[in-house]
Amino acid sequence: MRPSLTELSPGQDIGNRTIEVTRTDLVKYAGASGDFNPIHWNEAFATSVELPGVIAHGMFTMGSAVQLVTDWAGDPAAVVDFQTRFTKPVLVADTTGTTEPGATVEVSGIIGKLDAEANTARIDLTVVAAGQKVLMKAQAQVKLA
Amino acid sequence: MTINPDLQGRSYPAAEVYDVGREKIREFARAVKATHAAHFDVEAAKALGHRDLVAPPTFAIIIAQRADAQLIEDPEAGIDFSRVVHADQRFTHHRAIVAGDRLVAELHVDGVRAMGGGAMITTRSEIFALGDGDSREQVTTTTSSILVRGEGQ
Repeated sequence: MRPSLTELSPGQDIGNRTIEVTRTDLVKYAGASGDFNPIHWNEAFATSVELPGVIAHGMFTMGSAVQLVTDWAGDPAAVVDFQTRFTKPVLVADTTGTTEPGATVEVSGIIGKLDAEANTARIDLTVVAAGQKVLMKAQAQVKLA
Repeated sequence: MTINPDLQGRSYPAAEVYDVGREKIREFARAVKATHAAHFDVEAAKALGHRDLVAPPTFAIIIAQRADAQLIEDPEAGIDFSRVVHADQRFTHHRAIVAGDRLVAELHVDGVRAMGGGAMITTRSEIFALGDGDSREQVTTTTSSILVRGEGQ
């Protein structure tokens, strides 16, 4: 069920989600999205272009963060607008052969603004990895019931 | 290497058709760790009023990045892909993308500005679903800025 405007207020918490990321996840995302830039799967290449190591696709982080909103909204089609700036890379350690994640991304969301005329809620996401905000102005507009 | 400033205002017309398949929606949804039933179960999607499986909100990046490739691979553009950093991204959905859609993208170069020795390039993809005959329906607008790092950046 989609949330309705009357039961919402700005600042309200919509919950949080922890996303564990491995190198395997990045290979899967590369295949699913068609973005095969080797900075997302090849350590030697990544360091050769002055990165500290393999980093997640910005679009992996953006795409996985929005699931918090999708689940809250009750329908993926309710997310009518979604934007972000990419500020810091998510460094993913090679933990192949173990059960440890290579990185952990913490996502939380609050209601930033309500628009009664458009019947939408703006959800502001906070997305943090290794103690740093990796997305800025991560905002989703949700069409309400 | 310098970015061609004449890129601003350039457009690339809709080229190949992208056929949205159920298994691709499921694969992409799994890849972004989405669990909503409307991405996986046709009956669940229909129960929400959709024609078929619903794509995740960032699925359109597949089509947008294919359109962007026309610019990045254009020898006249002067873009070194290994120096490209994704700076920002936006999706505006006029309606949700669903399985069975046949999509095309028109690419527009909305902005080019020098940043140090590099450049910030803003592109917009207007994504349409093909209908019967010559008809088409606007589905999604994506905008994206990429930073092409200059030497030493």
